[in-house]
Amino acid sequence: MTSPLVRPPRKNPIPRTRVASLPPGMRSRVALGLTAAAALGRFELQVCRDCGRVQYPPREACCACLSRRLDWRVQDGAGELLSETMLRHSFELFFRERMPWRLGMIRLDCGPVLVAHLHGDCSPAPARVRVRASLDRAGQAVLIAIPEKDTPNMADDRQLREMTCDPKFRKVLVTDAKTALGQALVDALVAAGADLVWAGCAEPWKKSPGFERLASIPQISLLTLDLTDSRAVRDIAGEIGGRVDILINTADYHRNFGIAARNGIEVARAEMDMNYFGFLRLAQEFAPAMRARAADGQSSAVAWVNLLSIFALSSFPPHGTYSASKAAALSLAQCLRAELGSAGVRVINVFPGPIDDEWNQALLPPKIAPGRLAAAIIDALRSGAEDVYPGEVAEDWLARWRDNPKALERELASASR
Amino acid sequence: MTDSVLTQLVADLLAQRIRIVDLTQTLSPEFPQIVLPPEMGQAWPFRIEETSRYDERGPAWYWNNFSCSEHTGTHFDAPIHWISGMHLPNASTDTIPPAHFIAPACVLDCSREAAADADFLLTIDFLRNWEKQHGRIPPGAWILMRTDWSKRTDPVAYQNLDETGQHTPGPDPAAVRFLVDERRVLGFGSEAIGTDAGQAIHLKPPYPCHYYMHGSGRYGLQCLTNLDLLPATGSVVIAAPLKIKQGSGSPLRVLALVPTPSDVPAHRRKRIGTRPAKIAKRRAAKKRL
Amino acid sequence: MPRAAYDDVVIAAPVTRPYTRYSIRGAHWFLAGALAELMRRCGLAKQEIDGLCVSSFTLAPDTAVGLTQHLGMTLRWLDHIPMGGACGIVALRRAARAVQCGDADAVACVAGDTNHPDSFRMNLATFSQFARDAVYPYGSGGANASFAFLTAYYMRTYGATPEDFGKLCVAQRANALKFPHALMKKPLTLDEYLTARLIADPLRLFDCVMPCAGADAFVVLRRARAEQLGLPYARVLATIERHNAFPDDPVQYRGGWALDREELYAQADVGPQDIDVLATYDDYPVISLMQIEDLGFCKKGEAPDFVRRHSLTADGSFPINTSGGQLSAGQAGAAGGFLGLVEIVRQLTGQSLGGAVPDARVGLASGFGMINYDRGLCSGAAILAAP
Repeated sequence: MTSPLVRPPRKNPIPRTRVASLPPGMRSRVALGLTAAAALGRFELQVCRDCGRVQYPPREACCACLSRRLDWRVQDGAGELLSETMLRHSFELFFRERMPWRLGMIRLDCGPVLVAHLHGDCSPAPARVRVRASLDRAGQAVLIAIPEKDTPNMADDRQLREMTCDPKFRKVLVTDAKTALGQALVDALVAAGADLVWAGCAEPWKKSPGFERLASIPQISLLTLDLTDSRAVRDIAGEIGGRVDILINTADYHRNFGIAARNGIEVARAEMDMNYFGFLRLAQEFAPAMRARAADGQSSAVAWVNLLSIFALSSFPPHGTYSASKAAALSLAQCLRAELGSAGVRVINVFPGPIDDEWNQALLPPKIAPGRLAAAIIDALRSGAEDVYPGEVAEDWLARWRDNPKALERELASASR
Repeated sequence: MTDSVLTQLVADLLAQRIRIVDLTQTLSPEFPQIVLPPEMGQAWPFRIEETSRYDERGPAWYWNNFSCSEHTGTHFDAPIHWISGMHLPNASTDTIPPAHFIAPACVLDCSREAAADADFLLTIDFLRNWEKQHGRIPPGAWILMRTDWSKRTDPVAYQNLDETGQHTPGPDPAAVRFLVDERRVLGFGSEAIGTDAGQAIHLKPPYPCHYYMHGSGRYGLQCLTNLDLLPATGSVVIAAPLKIKQGSGSPLRVLALVPTPSDVPAHRRKRIGTRPAKIAKRRAAKKRL
Repeated sequence: MPRAAYDDVVIAAPVTRPYTRYSIRGAHWFLAGALAELMRRCGLAKQEIDGLCVSSFTLAPDTAVGLTQHLGMTLRWLDHIPMGGACGIVALRRAARAVQCGDADAVACVAGDTNHPDSFRMNLATFSQFARDAVYPYGSGGANASFAFLTAYYMRTYGATPEDFGKLCVAQRANALKFPHALMKKPLTLDEYLTARLIADPLRLFDCVMPCAGADAFVVLRRARAEQLGLPYARVLATIERHNAFPDDPVQYRGGWALDREELYAQADVGPQDIDVLATYDDYPVISLMQIEDLGFCKKGEAPDFVRRHSLTADGSFPINTSGGQLSAGQAGAAGGFLGLVEIVRQLTGQSLGGAVPDARVGLASGFGMINYDRGLCSGAAILAAP
């Protein structure tokens, strides 16, 4: 039985902070199909279009009929644990530092046999298990076998926690906690067991309903933070940067203009200054300390979350300059993911459809409620995913974009006429 | 004769018989910027980006790039800034006659009234009362409304916004018309974020100080400080905006030349007119909520 | 179509170079050493060797081709066998047919590797595409983890106990103590085996081979040539090889020998009861038990019982791995695939360096290897006979 996680003791400042090591990160290109699915929180395997055989490990041609028409399909992961071991010696630093490590050999009901990380609550072989795909610290997909039915404190399993970014007992910075989403997120983080949540807001003279109440919650520390002010970002990073385990950038400047609807570049520039340059300032000031603390005990620096938008994938012309700023932020997020990847800090990008707030007031439903979006962000931290598309609109646009991005471009252009 | 007046000026400055009082707020990212409804174009707050600091970006030098609105921090409003002045000649910062950049100042102490009521409006009655004590307002003078608003170092208190908007003191329409028509002043200066009161949109006409001053080719000064160090009359203000092509205004350094009272001994003259370091520190600490 | 016999193809000149734990030398150094000794033993000049078969994990970026120019050899037959523990059997098979058909007169077969402190880890990380994608990211335990799965499954399914595996390891250690080139020099008791530290449950320290540097070699030629050179030789009676046998077995509990052993014995015209000395590929004890079953010495699942009933030292009732096997001699990379075959040749030609099996007339060498993903893909075996 997994014991519940206990709050770690305060850090001893004398010993050197452990430097991050990573599990093996090399994969063939075809195996990256597993990573692409795990990034979205899915477990997919290749299925032969011609004979139906399910393939694992990932490969270029069907092992039954040699067909090269293999499609990635979602799997339910049901299977049987055939054999297991407790590894006590490893050739890689990452695992040497985390011994012992439980591993299993599982045959999925759909056919293939696989090696997986084995949750501590799975009964000894032979036993029924569920297999899930998660990104590991190297940002690559790995398979984890969990018990057939959920067990108490399952998320606190030591091996599983290595793959997730659970906010429990961690310290979180929410850069803009003033919006409805920001407040909902701060509340959700406290409920998820975060030790400390810095609730940021720019322009403190602009009051926001509901924000004052946050001051009375013991885990919350209010913070003036304006991402358009380089010195302020640096100063705040100097104060708290060395303690931030999870950074959630919710600062978002959102107006409703394309190109022709607004004269001058001032609005677009304000969007870029917050959504893109603000992100850049934040990353320059906060990422180095997070990198250095990526293996810093149980409450290590573990995730950077960007509130992007589904508009980042394909322009929503009525909010065209906003879309462009989110697209710029997406590109920069990929850059940050590469830079933080060597330390094992996960960059999670969230792509909601229109949020039910003032700047999307003129859009028709469905719009995602701030509370639901906040819950999706917490879920993403707890799962092993890194690209999150919460809500019906986001899922719909993603499916259309993956299927045929040019068609989506046309659909969005004609919808806005 | 002018020669000896200027020579005398220099000598008086050196001997602190004339002191220089800095009426300018420091330009920094923390200084509040005027807030308009979100649908409007916004004035940029002061922002500064380091270019190099004796490092790999420039080994032996330190410098920055900065950005701001023409109307950021302590700043000057030119007549072209308002619709009522759009057609006037010599109405932009590059065409205003430089002779207008040095002028006498009348300081109106409304600090008690403003402390009691953030929406205090300066009236003709107040002006007439002031003239009874200090004499007639001369033509071509700056009218500086002292409210001690600059002592509100907390940005939240300085902006003083609530659900009905901003609440800062300013002149009422009749007072402005009086200053323009009856006294032919050079312009109006305020310690708050605007020359007009925070609720001036509800006056008739809206924003009467901007409307009438700029409409008659006069100027404005905002976010002034240290007005409490000036006498009611006798100061000379130097306020020269940047020479921006078709500029509607600019941040600037506003200085007042103030005669030291003759009974102040020489060793004390230097200390008058400088703000103690203590207050600067308090301002920095007040960055937190 | 029945397999052709091997006529008078023979195997001779068993060479084992001294094994060392680590070396700063490259693989070329060890292979050259083995080839030089081979030539000395055969009395052959370099130019008289017209065929070469090479196996090595650490020769990269060279293959056998690079080695020819590196060592100044001109050949009319060349092969490179990347089959790990089966490379000895497979090299013998390739060389034997070449000599039999006249494509070459004297084929030198050599296998060897160097070992630097980090080279084993580097080899593991890039061992195969499947290993890199689907095994190494899980704990990076190398073959230890993979064989832990097999061992646990085998124990659960057939009731094998740690004592069964321990008996094998202890016997091989006793064999190794007499073998001059073995890395392990200290005796091993069953108690030490049972209480050694766990590596990957249920495997303990003495279930695992020690990677090292070294090389082994032999020559394949016609009997007439061997006699002309005055070389003691062993006759090749029969060989088999198989790759990716039983792919639908969810966990490997049997190898390719189970498919081909009938043909092996038929071609050799002997039965399991005729085998005087056995060499199994022993990267882990469980695989030796699997080979004992699949090569017909007992039924599937009965190897634990077989081991309990026999003594396994050179002077025992069923000698296995008389030079100590890899578990006690060490695993010099690909040379591990030659070690057992070379020892069988020694036993059959009276050239044993350690404990000799009395009156060894027929021997069987088995090969196994290449854990591409979750099981060893290559298997092979050869039955040799004294002249």
